[in-house]
Amino acid sequence: MKKSHNKFETIIHGIFLILGLITVGFVLLITVYLVIAGIPAIREIGLFKFLFGKKWASTASTPSYGILPFILTSIYGTAGAIIIGVPIGFLTAVYLAKVANKKMKAVVEMAVSLLAGIPSVVYGLVGMLVLVPWVRETFNIADGASLFAAIIVLAIMILPSIISVSLTALEAVPPEYEDASLALGATPIETYFKVSVPAAKSGIAAAVVLGVGRAIGEAMAVMMVSGNVANMPKLFGSVRFLTTAVASEMSYSSGLQKQALFSIALVLFLFIMLINALLNSLLKKEKE
Amino acid sequence: MNNIMTVKDLCLWYGQTQALKNINIDIPEKSITALIGPSGCGKSTFLKTLNRMNDLVQGVKITGEVKYGDMDIFAPDTDVNKLRKEIGMVFQKPNPFPMSIYDNIAYGPRTHGIKNKAKLDEIVENSLRGAAIWDEVKDRLKKSALGMSGGQQQRLCIARALAVEPKILLMDEPTSALDPISTSKIEELASELKEKYTIVIVTHNMQQAVRISDQTAFFLLGDLIEYGNTEKMFATPEDKRTEDYITGRFG
Amino acid sequence: MKRKAYIWIMKILMWISVAITCGLVVFVIGFVLYKGVPNITWKLLTTKPSYLTKNIGILPDILNTFYIVIATLVVVLPLGVGAAIYLTEYATNKKLVAVIEYAAETLSGIPSIIYGLVGMLFFCEFLKMQTSILAGAMTLVIMNLPTIMRTTQESLKTVPQSYREGAFGLGAGKWRVIRTVVLPSCVDGIMTGCILAIGRILGESAALLFTAGFAHTINGFVDGLGRAGATLTVALYVYAKEQGEFEVAFAIAAILMILALLVNLAAKFTGLYFKKKVE
Repeated sequence: MKKSHNKFETIIHGIFLILGLITVGFVLLITVYLVIAGIPAIREIGLFKFLFGKKWASTASTPSYGILPFILTSIYGTAGAIIIGVPIGFLTAVYLAKVANKKMKAVVEMAVSLLAGIPSVVYGLVGMLVLVPWVRETFNIADGASLFAAIIVLAIMILPSIISVSLTALEAVPPEYEDASLALGATPIETYFKVSVPAAKSGIAAAVVLGVGRAIGEAMAVMMVSGNVANMPKLFGSVRFLTTAVASEMSYSSGLQKQALFSIALVLFLFIMLINALLNSLLKKEKE
Repeated sequence: MNNIMTVKDLCLWYGQTQALKNINIDIPEKSITALIGPSGCGKSTFLKTLNRMNDLVQGVKITGEVKYGDMDIFAPDTDVNKLRKEIGMVFQKPNPFPMSIYDNIAYGPRTHGIKNKAKLDEIVENSLRGAAIWDEVKDRLKKSALGMSGGQQQRLCIARALAVEPKILLMDEPTSALDPISTSKIEELASELKEKYTIVIVTHNMQQAVRISDQTAFFLLGDLIEYGNTEKMFATPEDKRTEDYITGRFG
Repeated sequence: MKRKAYIWIMKILMWISVAITCGLVVFVIGFVLYKGVPNITWKLLTTKPSYLTKNIGILPDILNTFYIVIATLVVVLPLGVGAAIYLTEYATNKKLVAVIEYAAETLSGIPSIIYGLVGMLFFCEFLKMQTSILAGAMTLVIMNLPTIMRTTQESLKTVPQSYREGAFGLGAGKWRVIRTVVLPSCVDGIMTGCILAIGRILGESAALLFTAGFAHTINGFVDGLGRAGATLTVALYVYAKEQGEFEVAFAIAAILMILALLVNLAAKFTGLYFKKKVE
């Protein structure tokens, strides 16, 4: 009764270990590639000039590579999307978690998952043909493709994430908390907002952070509705985001211009890593 | 009678807690040995040590010696899979695989390399007959095993264990999840099986131990308190603690 | 009185929010279908575009989409399922598990434009795949790995420990236990993961722009892998943004929308089907 399968099992174990580590490998690959590709342009341009330069003119005869307009546009755009999207998403989640009956809940949840399944180019297309003309006429400006239009589209696109993560958090609130509040004479609505919501606050915060991540990383839909000119951000002006800055010039760029695009991607990546870390710590808190 | 397993100075730790303390037991061939004692006394742990199912638990440390025949089961060159083929196991809750009745029984033989259809058919029939369930299931061998009653499932699991032709059957409270009628069927079955197999059974039920076992081991807090002929032990226990337990004063 | 006002305001705000959410869904889907479905013609679906005849057809884009879905799944399934198996069945080192899970979380948070960029640098340039369907598919493999991994993992966790014990008790080796008992019990999770991944691949565009390219030629599967090609989403973008062909763009949008609906339904039904089967 001696061992014979042992070698075979060890090999299988090894194969699965490698498969398990592939995820880590991919993260490293992405990080390393972005750093290697992103550093040279920053070195050449100078970190300060690159990050805080107000002028991006990559194709001018004396090119200028300042990405402050993109950074600010991304921040403003994300903030705007959060300001509009979070209240709507959050209130929808409270409704679904606490107020809605089973049937209503199933219908709305189905709707939300459909919203999540719509490709971003479709949002972009509808934005281009409905939202942009509407903005132009309503606010009486020359071109409706603007930061404002992008904010609306982003707000819609982050709704599903906000709703589903908040919903999970709200549903995890132990019913005992709510019972205690109800027994003290609070009405259901008061209970939901004054007991359930605070109890789920780290989960809801996670929903917001996830929304930030989604909004800051979106490229295609934004590209189609924001006008795509490298201005300093103005609510009703044509703007360019970090993501769209990369996407719009990549196909024809070369040399320092191309390298600078990689540097922009690196900056975007750092933003995302920061957001990820925050999201993870919030979700951990939620679990506890 | 020959001893098929001998256990010497067996100690077992889960992390820092010692679950078994210096256990010494000889298990005679073709007989039923019952392990009794209150919950958490170590009887199930001991049972699972005999075919090294404890290997699956993380952080287990074992000292001492367990011999199956002449072989040290903890020796580094022991093939655990072959050991478990020889020392089969029936679990507390019936755990048929989510497959057909036939595939459940054939799982073990297939694992050990039998592919011939006729041979498998024969093994399946013999094992099901051996577990006294053939007549109930012969017309639905291709149906899912999950559709059977709890008692049938447990007998199926016994048949499944028999299909690999083990020498020893370890049973971990096999009737605790079953109704009285199913329980008595399993007990009858166990009594018949000892003609060909050695059975070690963990039970919570004192009457069960009396009814079916030849010798009984009483465990308490990881110690083996008393081990001997079942009738004698229940009639005139040597240790005060054994007496307290079997007369229902604790546990 | 103040309390009553508070309650009513909150109620009304909630209703408005729900109405906005549902209204948006109905509007976007309705609008796209209304504008797009009339433009879906047999000719559009079965021809390729030509500058000579001024014809616009999306057959190449449909094929490319199909190829990219197949190529991605073929690679990502073994990787994702394997990683999940490692985490739930083999890994004993908790720290390593945490690192791998954190890596997966990180991957799922990275925006697709970054995947596109790294895919271009690594697959197209470093591995010399050129701008091709294959490079696009490999990029999507990385993107979808966390999805497959997570759904499989969730499903592996629901396989009762007693199945494993039963099989080990019969003397089965670890790999045999996994292959014959554990994996068949988590087909549902793998299926769900697949469907979610298909949904994501169908909707993806930013990661494909610079990896799979914009070409509209008709190729067989094997040839197609090595050549550049636009998927439906990329084609939509190009027709809408660069060429102003909105009728075609809406037709594609409607097709994508119908596919998204189907994916959604499929995900729901596999979930229900397997739930029933377990019971």
